[in-house]
Amino acid sequence: MYHAIVFLPLLAFIVVGLFGRLLGDRPSQWITCGAVIIAALLSLVAFWQVALGGQPLKVEVANWIVSGTFDVSWALRIDQLTAVMLVVVNGVSALVHVYSVGYMSHDPHKPRFMAYLSLFTFAMLMLVTADNFLQMFFGWEGVGLTSYLLIGFWYHRPSANAAAIKAFLVNRIGDFGFGLGIMAIFMVFGSIDLDAVFAATPGQVGKSFEFLGWNLDVLNTICILLFIGAMGKSAQVPLHTWLPDAMEGPTPVSALIHAATMVTAGVFLVARCSPMFEYAPTALIVVAVVGASTAFFAATVGLVQNDIKRVIAYSTCSQLGYMFFACGIGAYPAAIFHLFTHAFFKALLFLGSGSVIHAMSDEQDMRKMGGIYKYIPQTYGVMWIGSLALAGVPIFAGYWSKDMILESAFAAHTGAGQYAFWLGLAAAVMTAFYSWRLLFMTFHGKPRASQEVMSHVHESPPSMLVPLYFLAAGSILSGGLFVHFFVGDGAAAFWGQSILMLPDNTVLADAHHVPLWVKLGPIVAGVVGIAVAWLFYIRRTELPVRLAKVHREAYLFLLNKWYFDELYELTLVRPAKWLGRVLWKGGDGRIIDGFGPDGIAATVINLARRATLLQTGYVYHYAFVMLIGVAALVTWFYTTSGGGGH
Amino acid sequence: MMTNAHDYAVAAPEIFLAAASMAMLMIGVFRGNGATRLLCWLAVAVFAVALMLVLQAPAEKAVTFAGAFVTDAFTSFVKVMVLIASAAALVMSLGYIRNEGMERFEYPVLIVLAALGMLMMVSANDLIALYMGIELQSLSLYVIAAFKRDSVRSTEAGLKYFVLGALSSGMLLYGCSLIYGFTGATGFDAILAAQQGQDHASIGLLIGIVFMCSGLAFKVSAVPFHMWTPDVYEGAPTPVTAFFAIAPKIAALALFMRALIVPFFGIAGDWQQILVVISVASMLLGAFAAIGQSNIKRLMAYSSIGHVGYALIGLAAGSAEGVRGVLIYLTIYLAMNAGTFACILCMRRKTGMVEGIDDLAGLAKSNPLMAAALAVFMFSMAGIPPLGGFFGKFYVFVAAINAELYALAVIGVLASVVGSFYYLRIVKVMYFDDEAEPFERPIGMEMRAIIGLTCVFVTFFAFYTAPFVAGAQSAAAALVP
Repeated sequence: MYHAIVFLPLLAFIVVGLFGRLLGDRPSQWITCGAVIIAALLSLVAFWQVALGGQPLKVEVANWIVSGTFDVSWALRIDQLTAVMLVVVNGVSALVHVYSVGYMSHDPHKPRFMAYLSLFTFAMLMLVTADNFLQMFFGWEGVGLTSYLLIGFWYHRPSANAAAIKAFLVNRIGDFGFGLGIMAIFMVFGSIDLDAVFAATPGQVGKSFEFLGWNLDVLNTICILLFIGAMGKSAQVPLHTWLPDAMEGPTPVSALIHAATMVTAGVFLVARCSPMFEYAPTALIVVAVVGASTAFFAATVGLVQNDIKRVIAYSTCSQLGYMFFACGIGAYPAAIFHLFTHAFFKALLFLGSGSVIHAMSDEQDMRKMGGIYKYIPQTYGVMWIGSLALAGVPIFAGYWSKDMILESAFAAHTGAGQYAFWLGLAAAVMTAFYSWRLLFMTFHGKPRASQEVMSHVHESPPSMLVPLYFLAAGSILSGGLFVHFFVGDGAAAFWGQSILMLPDNTVLADAHHVPLWVKLGPIVAGVVGIAVAWLFYIRRTELPVRLAKVHREAYLFLLNKWYFDELYELTLVRPAKWLGRVLWKGGDGRIIDGFGPDGIAATVINLARRATLLQTGYVYHYAFVMLIGVAALVTWFYTTSGGGGH
Repeated sequence: MMTNAHDYAVAAPEIFLAAASMAMLMIGVFRGNGATRLLCWLAVAVFAVALMLVLQAPAEKAVTFAGAFVTDAFTSFVKVMVLIASAAALVMSLGYIRNEGMERFEYPVLIVLAALGMLMMVSANDLIALYMGIELQSLSLYVIAAFKRDSVRSTEAGLKYFVLGALSSGMLLYGCSLIYGFTGATGFDAILAAQQGQDHASIGLLIGIVFMCSGLAFKVSAVPFHMWTPDVYEGAPTPVTAFFAIAPKIAALALFMRALIVPFFGIAGDWQQILVVISVASMLLGAFAAIGQSNIKRLMAYSSIGHVGYALIGLAAGSAEGVRGVLIYLTIYLAMNAGTFACILCMRRKTGMVEGIDDLAGLAKSNPLMAAALAVFMFSMAGIPPLGGFFGKFYVFVAAINAELYALAVIGVLASVVGSFYYLRIVKVMYFDDEAEPFERPIGMEMRAIIGLTCVFVTFFAFYTAPFVAGAQSAAAALVP
C-alpha cells in the first residue's frame, strides 16, 4: 500500500510523460487523475492506521548508495508527521488534478501538464517519506525542478520563463544551505540516517567545530543551514522574491505547489528535524524572528496589490511566516496544524480565484473586475468560505490553528515570542483586510470590465467546482475536527515520536492558559480588518484613493514590495550579470578562445602562410638560407665555447 | 675484427652492384630503350641478390680497404632497408615510365648506381669514403631528378638540386678538411683516437663538425638545409620523388649517425646542440608549412622534412636507445612512404597524372580500398596508435626523455599535433568531400602488391614490434660503443 501511495504518481508520470501524445488528452487525464486519486484514498487509510492508530512504520525500498562509510538505503518513513503530509499532499494534489481537467481545457499541451503535476506529486512524496537526508534532498530538488517546469509551463511567455528561472535561482541559494547542512551532518555524525542522527543529537550539545578559523557551535550551525534551505523553499524573507513571480504559472500549479504543498516543505523540514532544533536555541530564535518578520512584511505588501493571484501569493508568504515562528517558539504541532488547515483554505482561494480568472476571460487585475457575484454565485460562496478561514473567524479552520499559534507565541514568554505575537497580531488585522478587499473588489461594486468580458462571465464546469466543494468542506471542518489531536490534549499521543518537544518545552500547554484578551485578540483583529475593508471598498470608496495620495511614499513602498526586487537587482543581479559578461566576453571569449582554440588556429594558419612564403623558388635564396644556417651555428659555437681553441 | 687490409669479401654486395650496373649498362647500350623493362626487372633481381649478400654477411664488425669501409649489424640493418626501398621505388616506376614516355634504359641503371652510392655511404668509415659514397649517390640522383628531359619542371628540379647539392658538397668538404686539419686523420677510428683525453672539442674542430653536419643535413633535407626539397619533390617525376623520399633519406641518416657517433662520441654534448636545433626547426617547419600546400607531392616533401626532424631526435639523444629509435622510425617511415607514394602514383585520370589534394575528393566512394589504405598511412604518419607511425615516434621520444631532452620531446609531441591537421585533412577530403572525377582503373598488380603489403605492415606493426626492436637494438649496439 505504501509503495502504491508513493509510486503510483511516478508511474502515471512515466506513462503520460513518455506516451502522452500517443495516448491523447482524455486518457492522459484519466491516468494521472486516477493514479493520484487512488494515492489520496490510500493516504487516508494510512492516516487512519498510522496517525490515528499510532503505529509508525518503515518500508524498505532498496539499497541506494554504498560508498565507503557512506551507506544510504532507500526507505519510506511513515510516521504521524508523514501521514499528515501524505493526506495534505495527495489530497490537494488529487483535487488539483481534477480541477486542471477543466481549467486547462483550452490548452494544447494537456498531457505534458498532467505529467508534470504527477511528477511533482511523486517528488513531494519522496520528500515527506524520506528516511534520510539524502532522500529528502532528492525530493527537495525534485519539487524544485517540477516547480521550475510548471512555472515556465507557458514557455512562449517571456515573463513565465523569467519567473521560472528566478524561482530556480533563488531556490538554489536555499538548496545550497540545505546541502551544506547535510554535509555538516555527515561530517559530525558520520551518518545521514534520520534515526541515527537524532539519536546522536543530545551528545553533540555544546560541542563546536572549527571551520576556516571560526569556532562554530555544531547544532546551531547545522540547524541554521537547514533553515536556510527551508527559507528558500518556503519563501521567507529575504528569499521570498520568487514566490509572487511564480504566479506566472497556471493557477492549479499555484494552488498545489505554491500554496498547499511545496512551499510548506520548509516547515515540514523544521518539524521533522525538531529533535535537532530543540537542542539549538539560537537557531530557534532565528527561525522565530525570520518567520514573524515575513508574516508581517508579506501582509503589508498584500494590502495594496492589484493582481488577484499576487494578493493570495503574499498571503501565502505571510501564513508561512506564521508557521515558522510557531516552530521557532517550539510549537511544532501548531505549525503543522496550521500547515494542514492552510493547505485547504489556501488551495481553495487559489482555485476559486482561478475560477474567477476563468470566468473573466483570463483577467487577473482586480481593478478590472467587480460586480460579478450574481453571475458566479458558487465561486463567490467558496471564496467567502476560504476568506473566513484565512482571516481566522471562529469555527472556520484557520481560526483554530492561527489562534493556537498566536497564543503559543504569547505563552512562550520570550523576546522572540513577544516579537512574533505582536507582529502576528498586526498581520492578522491586515490579513482580514486584504482578504475582504479582494472579495469586495472582485465581486462587488460596479462592473469595471468591458461589456464584452462581462457578457462572457460564466460559472465554471463541474470538474472545477467539485474540487472547490471538497476544499470548502476542508476549510470549514479540518480545524474543529482535528484540533484535539494536533494541538489539544491528545497531541502527545497523536504525534508520538515523530516530533520531539523537550520536557521543559511546555508552550502548547501554556497556550491554553493565556489571558482572555490574548485569546480574543485574533478574533478582534479579524473583525477590525473586515470592517475597515468594508468601509474602504463598499461604504466610502474614495477613501483608499485619498489615503494613497496623502501617504504616497508609504503606498509606493508597499506597492513596490519594500523594493526588495530593486535592491537585489542593484546589489546582486547587476553585479552578477556584469561579472558574467566580463567572464564571458573577456575571460572566455577573449582570453580562453582568443589564446586557446581560435588563437592557436589563427597562429598556425599564419605561420603556415609565412613558412610557405619562404619558399620563393629562387636558388640563390635557398643557398642564402643554407649559409645563414651555417653562419648561425658557427656563431653559436664561437660564443658559447668562448672562442678558445684548446 | 678482420685485419686484412684488402678483404674484398666484406664489400661483396657493393662490388656485385657495381659489376651488375656495368653489365646492365652494356645491355642497355646494345639493346636500346626497348630493353628498359627487362633492365628494370633485372635491377630488381640485382637488388635481391645484393640483399642476400648483405644478409649472409657475418654480423660482427669487419673493416677493409685500410679501415675506410666497415660492415656490422648496423650497416646490414640499414642496407636491407635501402635495397628494399630502391627495389620498391623501381617497381613503382614501371607503369609511370611507360605511360609518361620515360622508358629509357639509363633509368634502372642510374637507380642501381644510386643504390650503390648509398651502400657505400652506409659503410663509410672514413671521410674520404664518406664523400665518395655521397657523391656517387648524389650525381645519380641529380640525373634522375631531371630524367624527364622534356619537362621544364623536371629539368628545373634537377638543376636546383644539382646547384644546391654542389654547394652542400662544398660545405661538407670544407668541414672534412677542417676536421682533418684539427685531428690529423680522416678515418673515423683515428679521429676518435686523436681526441683522446679531451672532453671538449677545439673550436676549429667544432666548426668543422658544423660544416660537415650542414652537408649531411642537406642530404636528409633538415631545416635550414631543406629548401631544395619541396621544389625537387614537386618537379621531379613522381616515382623519382618516391625514390628520393625513401632510399636516400635512410642512407643519409645512417651516415649522419655513424659520422657523428663513431668519431665524435667523446664530444657528444657539443654536436647534440646542433642536432637539437635542426631537429626542432625541421619538426616545426614540417608541421606548419605543410598546412598551406595543395599539391600532394609538395605536402609529402614537408611531411618528410617533419619526419626527419623526429628521426633526428633519436640522433640528438646520442645513445644506443636513440639510434634504435631512429632505426625503428626509418623502418616504419619506409613502409608508410612507399605505400603513400604508391597511392599517389595511382592518381591518374584520362588526361594524365594529377597531384592536387582536391583530386582525392570522394575517393572513398570511387575506390574504397585505396582510400582506406591511404587513410591508414595518413593516420600512421600522424602517429595515431595502434598504427606503426605511433611506435616510430614512441621509441624516439622515449630515447629523448631518457637523455633528458625534455623540451625536445615536448616540442615533438606538439608539432605532431599540428602535423596531424594536414594528414587528417586528406582523410577528410577522401571521405567527406563531394566526389571528384574518379581515377583510372585498373591499378597495376605491382602497385596493389606494394600498397597491400605496406598497409598490412603499418596496420599490424603492433603485433610484431619485437623482432624489429631486437634487430634495431643489436644494430644500435654495433654503432654506439
